[in-house]
Amino acid sequence: MKIKISISSDILTKPIMAEAILETGVLLNISQAHFDRSHGEVIADVESGKFDVMCKALTNKGAVVTKLNIPIKWDENECVECGACVSVCPTKVFSIAEDFSLDVDDTKCIQCGTCVDMCPHNALSLGNNK
Amino acid sequence: MVKKTIHEINSKIRDGSVNVVTAEEMVHIVGELGAEGAAKEVDVVTTGTFGAMCSSGVWLNFGHSEPPIKMQKVFLNDVEAYTGVAAVDAFIGATQVSETLGMDYGGAHVIEDLIRGKSVHLHATSHGTDCYPRKVLDTTLSLNDMNQAIMINPRNAYQKYNAATNSTRSTVHTYMGSLLPSFGNVTYSGAGVLSPLSNDPDYMTIGTGTRIFLGGAQGYIVGEGTQHSSGGGFGTLMVQGDLKNMSTDYIRAANFTGYGTSLYVGMGVPIPILNEQIAQATAVSDAGVTTQILDYGIPSRDRPAIRDVTYEELRSGFVDINGKEVPTSSLSSFKKSRTIANELKDWITRGEFFVSMPVERLPKDVSAKPMKQTEGIAVVSDIMAVSVVTINKDASVYDAAKIIQDTSFNHLPVLNDDKTLAGIITAWDIAKAVSLNKFDLVEDIMTRKVITANADEQVAVVARRLDLNEVSAMPVLNKDRHIIGMITSDDISKLYARRS
Repeated sequence: MKIKISISSDILTKPIMAEAILETGVLLNISQAHFDRSHGEVIADVESGKFDVMCKALTNKGAVVTKLNIPIKWDENECVECGACVSVCPTKVFSIAEDFSLDVDDTKCIQCGTCVDMCPHNALSLGNNK
Repeated sequence: MVKKTIHEINSKIRDGSVNVVTAEEMVHIVGELGAEGAAKEVDVVTTGTFGAMCSSGVWLNFGHSEPPIKMQKVFLNDVEAYTGVAAVDAFIGATQVSETLGMDYGGAHVIEDLIRGKSVHLHATSHGTDCYPRKVLDTTLSLNDMNQAIMINPRNAYQKYNAATNSTRSTVHTYMGSLLPSFGNVTYSGAGVLSPLSNDPDYMTIGTGTRIFLGGAQGYIVGEGTQHSSGGGFGTLMVQGDLKNMSTDYIRAANFTGYGTSLYVGMGVPIPILNEQIAQATAVSDAGVTTQILDYGIPSRDRPAIRDVTYEELRSGFVDINGKEVPTSSLSSFKKSRTIANELKDWITRGEFFVSMPVERLPKDVSAKPMKQTEGIAVVSDIMAVSVVTINKDASVYDAAKIIQDTSFNHLPVLNDDKTLAGIITAWDIAKAVSLNKFDLVEDIMTRKVITANADEQVAVVARRLDLNEVSAMPVLNKDRHIIGMITSDDISKLYARRS
């Protein structure tokens, strides 16, 4: 399951994720991290059954945890099936079928948002983390 | 020898006996029957393309207001249109962006909104004349309210187009889409096997006056497009059509992140098969159309060519660059191009569309010139400061403060013992060190990731780097990473102030 961990600036320098992992023994697979002066944001995978434990540990240390259960949203009315998204996706969510239609396999999506910037027709959006 | 006339083909269209195929189907027909056999069999080959065509726009005539106005500035939904012709005509161009929404909304969106039947807000201003006394006008108009809405695209349907990649270490956002670092992807545009001009590269039937499919309506070729460069196989078309009959299936606004707006235009050109030479030309396949992959990481008119590539390889999903398999993306829609070629085929088969001979041929073997620039192109070495005060990384923060005080330089490049660049320190870094009560070595408080320039880079390119990185000065380095100068935003402002 994908989660977003938001970290406010006052605890930005503390190793809260490492602490939470050690404390709970639950693994986090981090796919993206963004930090600036104002805040930090980390996108990570966690086993669904262990989400509650991890969420509690992170929350106790001051982080805000959000479930990211909606992958990339594809608006077929806006899409012209050009395929611009195909080459920028790191996990091959998009492919061009035999008849040159666009195939979207959103189960592979890690919600990085690269395709959102690439799409010339605003046909791709991220529901809950952008 | 096969010899047919336009009249014979149009008679067949009229009586329903015409044989029309798409340019994709024609590849196989010529493969099986040969050019002569195919020329006997097939009367018309249809082409199609659907992609970003920035050089597009619409001439609008709004009708006269009461009291009348001679418009001098016109905005449609806050997007400026050109109105330097008569009183109430304006050209809304696809890439003009909104005064308020910036790159999110542009002329292309105004055009799409009009086709969708939406009303747009018209704001116009004028200085007022005896015959046109009105100075300001605001109203809302939809497409039906306009006298004319004629799409005139100065440069469409590129015969083929360069593919794009990026050799640099950061992503660049271009009109060819996002190009990932270190040859991370390749983008391309064009319909290859279905491309109108690639199916008639000698312009035997495509020319001024040719009736075409444009945006879902019947349109016409005006003539050669701007930047028409037939010599190198980069011919273009200027086209026109009635926006009032167009459909958003074939005209779509687009946004390229970091570049701006563009218009996806759907166009199809029929090629009457009058003889076997024409039949042979329409047998071109994706493998027969070769273009170049250019390095869009280099912000120059002369982008370095990485390699030649065919549309067949581009369409396979991967191309080889320096032994690496690089994924490709098409920016134009081949599926839509195919739909257009088929739609045009249906129109002709149903007797609703007749083919035409050009009244004038397109120019062959011409090439587009680069711009003549009279001012010369300023490079960094022209304006950089060559006397640079530096400091060693092992110096104290106090020393750095003193040098900045004494010399009034705001930026001190920090050097390693071998005189190569280690970092940069500014008055701001020192203020920060003081506030943290940290008075150690320069090395501890300097910025390590330094944005730098080369002496032979163009000033305009370096100015954008300053902007993007939000810094106000950059050390200028030679090949050995030794510092040979500094360039500051002040130097650049002075250069442009002098010129304007």
